[in-house]
Amino acid sequence: MTRYVLRRLLGAVLVIFVVSVVTFAIFQLGPALSNTSPVYYYIGKIPFPAGSVQLKLIEHRFGFDQPLWQQYWTWLRGILFGRKLDDGSTFVNCHAPCLGYSFRLNTPVTSLVKQALPVSLSLAAGAAILWLVGGVTVGVISALHPRSVFDRAGMTMALAAVSLPIFFTGPILILVFVYQLKWLPNISYVPITQDPAQWFRSMILPWIALSFLFAALYARLTRASMMETMGEDYIRTARAKGLPRRKVTLRHGLRAALTPIVTIFGIDVGTLIGTTVITETVFNLRGLGYLSVQSIHTQDLPVIMGVTIIAAIALVVANLVVDILYAFVDPRVSYG
Amino acid sequence: MTVEPRDITRSPSGDTGAYLSVNDLRVHFPTGDGIVKAVDGLSFSISRGQTLGIVGESGSGKSVTSQAILGLHKGSKARISGEIWLGDQELVGMTEEEIRGLRGDQMAMIFQDPLSSLHPFYTVGRQITEAYRVHNSVGKSAARKRAVEMLDLVGIPNPDKRFDDYPHQFSGGMRQRAMIAMALVCDPKLLIADEPTTALDVTVQAQILELMKELQREFNSAIILITHDLGVVAEACDSVVVMYGGQCVETGTVNDIFYHAQMPYTWGLLGSMPRMDRDRRERLQPIPGQPPSLIQVPKGCVFNPRCVYQDHVPGDLCKTDHPQLLMTQRGNEGGLLPHQVRCHIRESERERIWTEQISPTL
Ligand SMILES: Nc1ncnc2c1ncn2[C@@H]1O[C@H](COP(=O)(O)OP(=O)(O)O)[C@@H](O)[C@H]1O
Ligand SMILES: [Mg+2]
Repeated sequence: MTRYVLRRLLGAVLVIFVVSVVTFAIFQLGPALSNTSPVYYYIGKIPFPAGSVQLKLIEHRFGFDQPLWQQYWTWLRGILFGRKLDDGSTFVNCHAPCLGYSFRLNTPVTSLVKQALPVSLSLAAGAAILWLVGGVTVGVISALHPRSVFDRAGMTMALAAVSLPIFFTGPILILVFVYQLKWLPNISYVPITQDPAQWFRSMILPWIALSFLFAALYARLTRASMMETMGEDYIRTARAKGLPRRKVTLRHGLRAALTPIVTIFGIDVGTLIGTTVITETVFNLRGLGYLSVQSIHTQDLPVIMGVTIIAAIALVVANLVVDILYAFVDPRVSYG
Repeated sequence: MTVEPRDITRSPSGDTGAYLSVNDLRVHFPTGDGIVKAVDGLSFSISRGQTLGIVGESGSGKSVTSQAILGLHKGSKARISGEIWLGDQELVGMTEEEIRGLRGDQMAMIFQDPLSSLHPFYTVGRQITEAYRVHNSVGKSAARKRAVEMLDLVGIPNPDKRFDDYPHQFSGGMRQRAMIAMALVCDPKLLIADEPTTALDVTVQAQILELMKELQREFNSAIILITHDLGVVAEACDSVVVMYGGQCVETGTVNDIFYHAQMPYTWGLLGSMPRMDRDRRERLQPIPGQPPSLIQVPKGCVFNPRCVYQDHVPGDLCKTDHPQLLMTQRGNEGGLLPHQVRCHIRESERERIWTEQISPTL
């Protein structure tokens, strides 16, 4: 088991390394193809005419005249050990992990990410818990009473929810709960460390909006998985032992039915950073999604790269956690 | 015949009455195509210390019968009527919650496929302790001790270590032993084994049957052994119910069935029984034709579409009249399960066919 975990860990590190190389290469390729000096993507303007000595000097300061692998190494070393940056007018000491420096915002990318990450994590974690609990509960009840009123209503709603996009449900939620019913204040994100109650109230609508679609998918998935499991021979055995219905359903039925759900959950959580973009935009949350959209607008390359690498790491880590979790969920998985 | 006659008078002292009595049991499933009459008017009895075999081709209603006894159809759409007496308790009229208290405690079951019948995500030991702790309020360690004891009893080596193994880490025979340990952990008075050896190879099959006999001697339990293999019946049972199309077509002691069979379907089963002393081609004589539809049960005798002895009955009786399950001359000698046959052919004629045509070919 330990060996299995270690091997997976090593694999994850390798994947992150490859991702960092690819990310770096792609974002160097862009400026090269558009024949624009990379200086533009770093400071937002080209202060001197192309080909001028002054521009060359700035490019030299940034290290753009060095071979690509060396530039990559500088970037990676910055992440690992920190680095010093200057564009001629500004001199910055960027501490590790240094993801770069946004000359547009005059802020290290790391601090931008540090501000945005808790927002995205709050959103993702809360929504994931909500849709997992909600979806699985509805799915189990539906499976235990197929074709009942609950089942029909639940599955119809699930079908509808799958086809409702967040940029539709989000504004409706705000309209109803904030402006008409006035149950929730019109606030944006409050850090949990500052005021947990306000944090909760600021996040509840985004959670609902984001989890709605997933909850619907998970309800349908759970229902199918649970119906199949409840027909298995070992369920009959559990009943033959004289176990109470609840234990048969939960301990034996749901336990087995959860396996495929864990798999899907791993994939969904991994790609959640991408999914949160729309939610963050609709609810005006300054998370990673918002940050990446913003930086793409302003063509702020260091920020784009920083967010991309963080998102990639999040995905790899999520997959790692699920792989390890899976080994616990299904003892038949070989650790070899 | 290589079958040894068994001493059917072997009955525990003072234990004369039946422990389980099934009277006119019917289990019908309403489906989209019509009502499936999986069990239709079945009766039998068994006392403690005895083993009853239920034989019949697949689809004859054996599993449905056994699950009806444990009340496993409760909560489904199945319509059940008749009576099932376990000791002095009637099971058909019980609620799910009432019968749940008896399951695993008074009566337990072993299933055909031990791999799919054990939960893949829990250790074997945990599944046994769970069965024990439902009916006995003991702590974890006491339950573990009991489970290890049971694993040891059913012949699993290193039971303390194997306790923590998952079912997929056991061999087929070991899994069935573990199932038996789980079924017997609460000392049930009735054990139902539904084709317990079908999924196992012949050597392991013999070991498992031997183990069940040993445990029966130790716990004095009543055993219902369901099988489609008459060889297993000859090996392990005291009395037999032959089922066809959800009905009992012949019943009696092992001696009655193997030496005085009187129903054409039983003759067919005996003829298709695998025998060591015959060569391969000769021994395989399956009964021609298909098992009956349980939705549109054949008119008259259920077996009539496949029966080749109908010319022994005057007129169209076999196709028009449903024969009663009637006591034979031998049956009048009494016993818990007297020899009874469901057939229109006259008894003297059936005896003649048996001695002249059937018995010599077996
Ligand atoms: N839940 C059910 N609904 C409808 N038909 C069923 C159900 N369970 C069993 N049957 C039918 O009852 C018949 C007897 O089944 P079973 O008792 O399993 O036979 P076997 O003698 O092989 O154990 C079969 O034809 C089967 O299709
Ligand atoms: Mg069966």
